[in-house]
Amino acid sequence: MRRFLGFVKKEFLHIFRDPRTLFLLFGIPAVQILLFGFVVSQDIKNAGVAFLDLSKDEVTQKLTDRIISSGFFRQTDNLLTYNDIDKVLKKGKTKAVIVYEDNFGRNLLEKGKASMSIIADGSEPNTATLVTNYIMAITVDFNREIAGNAAGSGSLITPEVRMFYNPELKGHFMFVPGVITLILILICALMTSVTITREKEFGTMEVLLVSPLKPLQIILGKVMPYFILSLINVIVILILSWFVFGLPVKGSIALLLAESMLYILMSLSLGILISTVSKTMQQAIFISLIGLMLPTILLSGFIFPVENMPVVYRWLCTIIPPRYFIIIIKSIMIKGTGFFYVWKETLVLVVMTLIFIGLSVRNFKIRLE
Amino acid sequence: MNDIVISVRNLVKKFGDFVANDNLSFEVYSGEIFGFLGANGAGKTTALRILSGLSSPTSGEVMVAGYDAKKEPEKIKKNIGYMCQKFSLYEDLTVKENTMLYGGIYGMSLPLIRKRTAELMAKLNFSDYENKLISDLPLGMKQKLAFSVAVLHEPKIVFLDEPTGGVDPVTRRQFWEMIYEAASRGITVFVTTHYMDEAEYCDRISIMSDGKIVALDTPANLKKQYNAETVEEVFIKIARPDNPPSPLKGG
Amino acid sequence: MQKVIESFGVGKKFGATQALNDISFEVNESEIFGFIGPDGAGKTTLFRIIATLLLPNEGGMKVLGLDATTGFKELRSNIGYMPGRFSLYQDLSVEENLNFYATVFGTTVQENYDLISDIYSHIEPFKKRLAGKLSGGMKQKLALSCALIHKPRLLVLDEPTTGVDAVSRSEFWSMLAKLRKYNITIIVSTPYMDEAMKCDRVALIQNGRILSIDTPQKIREGFSKRLYRIRAQDKYKLIIALRKYPNTNTAYPFGDSIHVTFIDNAPGDSLPGFLESEGIPGVTIEESGAGIEDRFLELMEKTA
Repeated sequence: MRRFLGFVKKEFLHIFRDPRTLFLLFGIPAVQILLFGFVVSQDIKNAGVAFLDLSKDEVTQKLTDRIISSGFFRQTDNLLTYNDIDKVLKKGKTKAVIVYEDNFGRNLLEKGKASMSIIADGSEPNTATLVTNYIMAITVDFNREIAGNAAGSGSLITPEVRMFYNPELKGHFMFVPGVITLILILICALMTSVTITREKEFGTMEVLLVSPLKPLQIILGKVMPYFILSLINVIVILILSWFVFGLPVKGSIALLLAESMLYILMSLSLGILISTVSKTMQQAIFISLIGLMLPTILLSGFIFPVENMPVVYRWLCTIIPPRYFIIIIKSIMIKGTGFFYVWKETLVLVVMTLIFIGLSVRNFKIRLE
Repeated sequence: MNDIVISVRNLVKKFGDFVANDNLSFEVYSGEIFGFLGANGAGKTTALRILSGLSSPTSGEVMVAGYDAKKEPEKIKKNIGYMCQKFSLYEDLTVKENTMLYGGIYGMSLPLIRKRTAELMAKLNFSDYENKLISDLPLGMKQKLAFSVAVLHEPKIVFLDEPTGGVDPVTRRQFWEMIYEAASRGITVFVTTHYMDEAEYCDRISIMSDGKIVALDTPANLKKQYNAETVEEVFIKIARPDNPPSPLKGG
Repeated sequence: MQKVIESFGVGKKFGATQALNDISFEVNESEIFGFIGPDGAGKTTLFRIIATLLLPNEGGMKVLGLDATTGFKELRSNIGYMPGRFSLYQDLSVEENLNFYATVFGTTVQENYDLISDIYSHIEPFKKRLAGKLSGGMKQKLALSCALIHKPRLLVLDEPTTGVDAVSRSEFWSMLAKLRKYNITIIVSTPYMDEAMKCDRVALIQNGRILSIDTPQKIREGFSKRLYRIRAQDKYKLIIALRKYPNTNTAYPFGDSIHVTFIDNAPGDSLPGFLESEGIPGVTIEESGAGIEDRFLELMEKTA
């Protein structure tokens, strides 16, 4: 028995003397609670809504006011024609467009019903469902209020709901682009970070450094095979999703591949950067997998929309590279946008890539210390 | 003649088709310092693990400290000490914590652990270092301490696997004096080593090659038999009988 | 003849630890120069500075006439470096490893094949085998071949014989001796004292300091006292007894005998009697020349 207790005591001592274990035990659960608590929310806040008011009368104005002052929405645009709907949804800031038919108020008064449409951005099915449900609820409420003033009992505003881009609200429209984003950054960053730290651990890096190879040659040489292989990976995934899920690429495939190449390059250079600060493979794996996986899943907008998060988290999201790629890939694949709509996000990725490469080259030690 | 503490007869150990130990037979006597030599891959470590109860023989009879290695390895473990090169003491525990831990594992009573710990600290001039972490000690001290902990419970036999790798010449000698002292107390020491000159410190040595024992005798007898000045020469003559490279003499 | 390495007062600190202290020495062309010392002496740190992988905190180092700090780019093409643990690509074959290093240094295996042929011939039958599956001795030969393949002017070998069996060690030193005729300068570090005899000159190094530099012969001759070899049946009893003897200066076990020095440089007539009274009969006492290790021990005592 004493043997056993002596052994248990030793295990406690090991744990308390190792900062990494303590961090795993206490730090990670704390971080997870904070993240999950605030990020996972089924409410919407400040969702962007645009209005195409073909009637422009008192009633529509009242309903619009009601919707905006509910606290869940903010008005993004006032549209003029139907053509604007697709454009504004593609931009991404608007989650739904509310269309009031011509002579809305008069129709209510005279015919007892008026129709409106809620056209939602179906590329984010969860958000789309929430948004339309909330709008419907507000409308039903409004309906009851004005019921008394119209001819006959029960005048109706009948909202018609349409989901753009993803009419059947298929989950894998959200899922597949998100998975591509996640997999690419994890694998690419993991692979490059490990291959460099492996040379450090096995001592072969010493001999490479003393050779005529320049650091840039070493870095590029390491990145090249993974770049080519990852690109093939993307193509295979796209083909798979087409055949298995019927997921098309609405926009230009060439653009999609070009953006993927940029994203891959960014992930690879992130991996190089990780390797310059890791001494062992274990460290590199830890940072690449655990350090990147959680933020990517939670904060990139993969599952939980960024707009619904508290301000602090939204700021955090801006430094997460996958955030931008998810927007790009969804835009191109599901909304079918061209470069014009994603140039901002592309630019951010380019800048990030340059920063990572620059830092890596600077950090890459031409000596052993 | 002293008692036999290790008795090996026709020991065979196979890993799949690979024969690591090929029909080994030998005996070790109480209080002896027995050197187990051989190149890497010759089968030394495999045999050592079987003798210390960590691994089971494929066939043959192996008795250690009176217990059968195949049937009662747990009893063997209670009666031996073990020190290997890669790891001996926990780096993130202090000297005292290590002695308390190992003493407890070997079933020593608390007062006995305290007494023996104090004795060994005094002998090694370590008394100031009781509460220092092992990782803060120089290599030589670690090795000496590891040996002392391995014999803390006064086992019948202590197994040392390449215990003096990389240590400076003075510490190596001090280490071997500790081995001598343990042997004079009746503890049998079974040691493997790469240093040919350390073979000379042993009472008897055996040389393994390709899983077999190719020589077993006192160092003096072996040198006479192979007409060699050092054990190293003997080793070379056995390994490359047709084409011996010139040995590294002197020193 | 140009000095291949010139070191002036080199010092190196890692955090609070002084790894190297005031290291000064010179290495001549075509020499085999050995650094002998145990683990932690500073050999690897020193070799990394010579190979331009580390920068000294104090002092200066010139290699092949260039400053080791500023001239590293050119130096790196002219040095063949073999670090401890051999640093071979375990998952590439013997052939692939050799080809890689040849290519990286801008040459081919054929160009300098005659340089490594003696060495490589031992492992050529295994050229398709993965380096990870080679024995210690074969890894050693492959690593040496890879370091030599671009015909460097200076070969830096950090503990090439550690962890390798005695036979391979001997073979390795024979191979090094044969490289002399190519005018390659070789510096080697090793914890094995007996390997010192194979070098042209050696530096004994301990705790970051150089204890002595000279030819192995002269180092042995530098032993300051007369050395006696004393043998008896019970070695342990003999050591204890010798230490009790008032005239004893130092007594160290050395294989089958004890190497002893006496305060007044002679055992004295009373020694055999003293030992017999301690229960040790049949003692043989003979004077002997000192070896490198004896001198190393003596120098260690002095600095302790």
